[in-house]
Amino acid sequence: MARRRPEPVQVVKQRRDAALRALVHGVPYIQYLGIEFDRRGDELTAVLSFDEQLIGNPLLPALHGGVTAAFLEVTAVIGLSWATLWEEIESGQLDPEQLIGGQLPRLPKTIDFTVDYLRSGLPRDAYARAQVNRSGRRYASVHVEAWQDNKHRAFAQATGHFLMPARDG
Amino acid sequence: MTKGLDKTKMARQFTEAIPHAKALGMTFTHLADGVAEMQLPYDERFIGDPETGVMHGGAVYALLDTCCGAAVMSHPANPGATATIGLRVDYMRAATPGQAIRTRAECYHLTRSVAFVRATALDDDDDRPVATATGTFTVEGT
Repeated sequence: MARRRPEPVQVVKQRRDAALRALVHGVPYIQYLGIEFDRRGDELTAVLSFDEQLIGNPLLPALHGGVTAAFLEVTAVIGLSWATLWEEIESGQLDPEQLIGGQLPRLPKTIDFTVDYLRSGLPRDAYARAQVNRSGRRYASVHVEAWQDNKHRAFAQATGHFLMPARDG
Repeated sequence: MTKGLDKTKMARQFTEAIPHAKALGMTFTHLADGVAEMQLPYDERFIGDPETGVMHGGAVYALLDTCCGAAVMSHPANPGATATIGLRVDYMRAATPGQAIRTRAECYHLTRSVAFVRATALDDDDDRPVATATGTFTVEGT
């Protein structure tokens, strides 16, 4: 039996990007901080564009610790949600049109979040990636690292536990 | 006594000059001798769950971090500025939409190099905290 022809690349990209955009742009606080996500296949990199309003210590100057924490938490929640939705996006079970229409899937809820501040955040763009270490039916554990100029010199890392949204079926 | 007042004044001035604290609209309701109380008004821009209008945990985290830092700076034995080493926040429940978040932080122990802080976040319900935090902060300049 012949293998099914792969979908055209634009169709695949369009569906993935629409789903991601709906997920990220649906949350006002993510927009307020100016966080965007860069996607390569299923790998996401969160990008926090620098803004004067993100400063926490004007003397140094350095990013606000709360901004760093929020950036890491957003990266963890979107990363975790993305990982669990990926199969549904790929199979077409999850309709991006529905997402754009405002029917967002329920996001995981943060139970606790612990940030480790390794060095001060410089007044420039920051990047972060989440690693889902465990994702069960009810709970998940996610680790996140954020860096600026050098990927191998993280300026902050965090671990958080999350309550997964109830799934139908 | 005067030393405590100076610390409080310095901590207040420094914290009120923080661009991100100003941008979010954080204000002090109390600050003295290692104890800080702040609040953050509800704002639709801080929503984390568009379906319910519940504030994002990140905004609560930012307020707790700022409040803890101010508590450290206002401690009579703290010589100067501070930075967060580590901060853990436990989210006990969703904050009620429309209500301001109030935090109280206490710097309960200070060594020559580390300050230990705990904090609580509340909405209008005094009996059921929204979140609690424990953190360690640097003690700078001696």
